[in-house]
Amino acid sequence: MNTTILFTIISLSAVGGISAVILYFVAQKFKVFEDPRIDLVTEALPAANCGGCGYPGCRGLAEAMVKSDDLSPFFCPVGGNAVMATVAKILGKEVTAKEPLVAVIRCSGSLAKRPRLNEYDGAATCTIVSSLYSGETGCQYGCHGLGDCVTVCKFDAIYMDKETGLPVVIDEKCTACGACVKACPNKIIELRKKFAKDRKIFVSCVNKDKGGIAKKACEVACIGCGKCVKVCPHDAITLENFLAYIDPNKCKLCRKCVEECPTNAILEINFPPRKIKDETGGNTEQVKSSEKE
Amino acid sequence: MLKTFVKGGVHPAECKFSEDNAIVNLPLPKTVSIPIAQHIGAPSKVIVAKGDKVKVGDKIAESTGFVSANIHSSVSGTVNKIDDVLDSTGYKRTCIIIDVEGDEWNEIIDRTTDLKKEISLTEKEIIAKINASGIVGLGGATFPSHVKLSIPDGKKINVLIINGVECEPYLTSDHRLMIEKANEMLVGVQILMKALSVSRALIGIENNKPDAIAHLSLLVKNYPGIEVHPLKVKYPQGGEKQLIKALINREVPSGGLPLDVGAVVHNVGTAFAVYEAVQKNKPLFERVVTVTGQLVSKPSNFMVRIGTPVSQLIEAAGGLPEDTGKIINGGPMMGKAVSSTEVPVTKGTSGILIMSKDASKRKKESTCVRCAKCVSACPQGLEPFLLIKQTQLEKNDELEQNGIMDCIECGSCSFTCPAGLPLLDYIRLGKSRVSRIIRSRKQ
Repeated sequence: MNTTILFTIISLSAVGGISAVILYFVAQKFKVFEDPRIDLVTEALPAANCGGCGYPGCRGLAEAMVKSDDLSPFFCPVGGNAVMATVAKILGKEVTAKEPLVAVIRCSGSLAKRPRLNEYDGAATCTIVSSLYSGETGCQYGCHGLGDCVTVCKFDAIYMDKETGLPVVIDEKCTACGACVKACPNKIIELRKKFAKDRKIFVSCVNKDKGGIAKKACEVACIGCGKCVKVCPHDAITLENFLAYIDPNKCKLCRKCVEECPTNAILEINFPPRKIKDETGGNTEQVKSSEKE
Repeated sequence: MLKTFVKGGVHPAECKFSEDNAIVNLPLPKTVSIPIAQHIGAPSKVIVAKGDKVKVGDKIAESTGFVSANIHSSVSGTVNKIDDVLDSTGYKRTCIIIDVEGDEWNEIIDRTTDLKKEISLTEKEIIAKINASGIVGLGGATFPSHVKLSIPDGKKINVLIINGVECEPYLTSDHRLMIEKANEMLVGVQILMKALSVSRALIGIENNKPDAIAHLSLLVKNYPGIEVHPLKVKYPQGGEKQLIKALINREVPSGGLPLDVGAVVHNVGTAFAVYEAVQKNKPLFERVVTVTGQLVSKPSNFMVRIGTPVSQLIEAAGGLPEDTGKIINGGPMMGKAVSSTEVPVTKGTSGILIMSKDASKRKKESTCVRCAKCVSACPQGLEPFLLIKQTQLEKNDELEQNGIMDCIECGSCSFTCPAGLPLLDYIRLGKSRVSRIIRSRKQ
């Protein structure tokens, strides 16, 4: 064998060997201790990195959960109770189950029901519209319809209905991470308790104007008449600033308010079509079809 | 070689249709809606109630802090109600709505037209008077004038700059004022000079107003210390910082104010209002408004009472043209489209511009090709293409480092962008986010 090759092999192996030894000691000296449970917890999390928990990504949440003694301030909205239970098992801590939530759009001011008074042609984001003026319609509280919530949703759970000009939440895909709630400049999206069979009853309006002004701007606005408050047997409805709000924790889905609302501002979703008796008796009639797409 | 500022700038078509039309008093409206927030700073506090009788010049809303301004009734009549009305900001704001009955002025106002040249008040009294009269910067930014005149300890002012540039295309209200009320305006400048204790005032006027330059150059011989400087036409020369650079070649530092370089800038309209307030006891309740546009049959300059609905101005200028696309409050570069013709004229309304459907349409958006036209157009030396991207990605720290707070919102970047990107829209958004962060940091 050629000696040049031999020397090369030997000297390179020697350099390699010495470096390995040095590196080994350096690595020992500067070792950063990391709790191995952080990796375990990160693996258990859904890896959506949506930020819905309030921490920068899943690893951020994992670190915070490992460091904390109490798990109650943390919740992964995407993984839900199942994931939180797994995490609690890994860390040997207690966790209480939270009620599942779902995002609802509290505006029914569709293109047909809310007349456009002017035309906006600026940058196509709701945040800029709301920083410029009160919007294309007479209602300054409602949906601007440019879809900031759609852009921000990491789970494709919201889409824009072209016919109504309003966003629609797909309940099955919604993880209640809350990104849309933060993105909406008019704060029309709310995370509400998920009832059985995805049934929902809520005031689909956020207009705080007086009744007359609200009604003029939008056919289906809450006018703050207070009829629903009176009819509710569970004290679940409160009225503030000419706007009714149904507390999901008190609501028993009795649907009395829906019948009473003069402007159809209260929506019932995913209920079977109800049959009521006509005043003349006999005939049955479908009153309000359930709104679910 | 005429003077101008160095960095950036653009040359939009001038379109000064109404420059030869004298200022006409607009007939009194039936009702006025006077917003309580017409200035930068804290909104004023309403001091009248429904049913109260008011005279022209009566105080109806009171300043609520140092950076705030009094508001005076622009008409005589009865307060109808205090309600939320859509105003030129695009939102419903509290307004005082007054039904007009006759035209009875408060007795202390001197309604004679003779020129009163001698200034009897002391510096402090002048500033107090300006404060009491509710005078704000009439160039459009509506910053309360007394604040600009109260120089903090340790700062030294050696020059007063009077802004007669009117660099916005279409607008001619300042131009007309310089021709028709030149003497009053110059006395106003002398009052401002006295209030600031400076001996030198420079009036900057762009070269597209040769009649105003000639007229004022002749008159200033009677007013020692005041000089008239013609400037090369370039937008946005009416920006404070640009005007200081053009006239006295000083650069206002980033985040600084003109007084950091020993200068204070006031608009010609403000100087005129100061004259009326100090010499004639007349608070600020009317201003010159240009109503113009390619389609307008009678482009005009009106003396308008604050609170008059815009629809009345348009009616007086020949009615709303059929092909109207947008009605803009202010000029085409910095103005803002209004969403209703019923919005009231405020202290900051320098013009009403009516644009045709074609002219007001935005360019179709395409992608940024990094041509850097916006960078060469920016008078503040910023990089708009970078700022829009960082705003979209919510990189607020980077935005602050890249000087977004120095943006004067002149719109040169959007004007020049060949890709039709809404640069200024996003920069404004980023700026408001960053300023919110800075404010919360200070607390």
